[in-house]
Amino acid sequence: MKKTIFAIASLAVLFTACKKDPDEEVTPTPSTPAATTGSISLNFEHMVDTNALTLNTVNYVTANNDTVYFTKFKYYISNIKFTKSDGSIFSEPESYHLIDEATVASKTFSVANVPFGNYTAVSFMIGVDSLRNVSGAQTGALLTTNGMFWDWNSGYIMAKLEGHSNQSGASTKDILYHVGGFSGTNNVLKTVSPSFNGSTANVSSTVNPEIHLSCDISEWFKNPTTINIATLHTIHMPGTSAKTIADNYADMFSVEHIHN
Amino acid sequence: MHKKLNILFLCIIIGFSCSVDPEIKPVLPVDNIRQVVPEGWPAPVYAFENNPLSEDGFALGRALFYEKMLSRDNTISCGSCHQQFVAFAHSEHKFSHGIDGLLGNRNAPGLFNLNWNTSFMWDGGINHIEVQPLGPISNPVEMDSDLNAVISKLSSSNKYRQLFLRAFGTDSINSQRILFAIAQFQGMLYSYNSKYDYYKRGETGGEMNAQELSGYNLFVQKCNSCHKEPLFTDYAFRNNGLSMNSILQDTGRAHITGSAIDRFKFKTPSLRNIALTAPYMHDGRFNTLDEVLEHYNSGIVNYGTLDTGLQNGIVLSLQEREDLKAFLNTLTDYKFLNDERFREPN
Repeated sequence: MKKTIFAIASLAVLFTACKKDPDEEVTPTPSTPAATTGSISLNFEHMVDTNALTLNTVNYVTANNDTVYFTKFKYYISNIKFTKSDGSIFSEPESYHLIDEATVASKTFSVANVPFGNYTAVSFMIGVDSLRNVSGAQTGALLTTNGMFWDWNSGYIMAKLEGHSNQSGASTKDILYHVGGFSGTNNVLKTVSPSFNGSTANVSSTVNPEIHLSCDISEWFKNPTTINIATLHTIHMPGTSAKTIADNYADMFSVEHIHN
Repeated sequence: MHKKLNILFLCIIIGFSCSVDPEIKPVLPVDNIRQVVPEGWPAPVYAFENNPLSEDGFALGRALFYEKMLSRDNTISCGSCHQQFVAFAHSEHKFSHGIDGLLGNRNAPGLFNLNWNTSFMWDGGINHIEVQPLGPISNPVEMDSDLNAVISKLSSSNKYRQLFLRAFGTDSINSQRILFAIAQFQGMLYSYNSKYDYYKRGETGGEMNAQELSGYNLFVQKCNSCHKEPLFTDYAFRNNGLSMNSILQDTGRAHITGSAIDRFKFKTPSLRNIALTAPYMHDGRFNTLDEVLEHYNSGIVNYGTLDTGLQNGIVLSLQEREDLKAFLNTLTDYKFLNDERFREPN
């Protein structure tokens, strides 16, 4: 099948390459079988406690009473899986998504080819699985030009939060949390499954559901470890500090509602 | 296999379509671009699995290796500090001068047989041959650039758009394609035709004299546990008893792992082509092999992470040192040094 499509495509390239041929026949469109799959959209809304995140201009107060504004918030979501009511699991292939507060389009994406059915749960990894951290040059969301790859100590930055606080112990008064590490004791990868709270996402020929998730940045600074920005302001390599923050942010996602 | 044929077919089609400028030829015609696993060697770590070797991919990688646009101010290429005539080390440079004349703090190693490396750089911080170039490209004292800037420069070059088109089927340029192409060039830097190799393979040109053979015996007894044949390294991180340079304070592997047991450990370098790659050690502190051997003989310092095999140094008589050097000289691969495929393209 693939070979046939390829051959047709190649012929099409060959024939259309140089000039328009008025006698050229239109390539017949193969008949489409009845669909058995749809899609599920995921939408991420970034919050700080109950307030929507606004970069650069709005101050927020952390659990430690530090006042901070944020300038950058980016993270990877990977290995998305949906569980159907019958217990079967759909895993998105090549499931790597980079979400960036500064790019509105990145905060909503659609998972395609999801079999029809009622889904009761979602799970995903915060970050990029260890295999892709050791597999060389990647493409798509994993391109090294996305500002999420350490070039001197190979590996992805799983999540990145930057900002500014007068309480920061850094001379620049900045905070810079680049959280990464994929192996051994430095592993910060978290697989989470925010609850649907009894709702379902029902994929059918007429419905492509949308799951709205809230992502609360205040969680980076608390539970289980309250972060004091005076002493922990800069993280730029794997290690204990990165693990502390990842343990904190593991519960930053919750499902707000599902549109069917 | 089908995929390869498909790609080949597509390349042929594109080759005949209107978009390729016939005036622009590949940098230099190359042949014999294929993976090599010399007789008796282990399987390589990297076998171009997701990055199929091609003449056009290699030609692009070769052009990029010598391309100064990789640096912020277009003054430094990979080839600036990795010179073929010294096995892609930096001749007579303890540290290389990067952008704005700034000096690095580690000696540029020779580049060959990289497909067997389990990690890259003296501290092993880089875990895959394909992402290795990101280190020097972004290092503020080397090229001080980033791939977004490089992509933008390359994209405005007709020559490079053609080279990417030939290598990948379209002229779009992204970091994966740049890194794939450089990995094809760097991965093709095979060095396996020294006198030692001819000797091991029983080929013409491999006749060792008595002194070289004596040196080989000494090597097997005293050096081979770390500089393991046939690659002449075990790729492990070891503290070989160098005193710390108090200005650089380079803790080596610990810089990557953050672990005290890795302090002052550096990756065991290969001894292939060692006669040409002076100065020696991670900081280029020794100018000659005599100084290196004297270090092992009498200069070992123990900061607590000293390699277990070096607790008593490696005691060598003057005659033994001469024999050992004679053997080390047989590790020079003149075919590699003169291989036209690896030269800077015109």
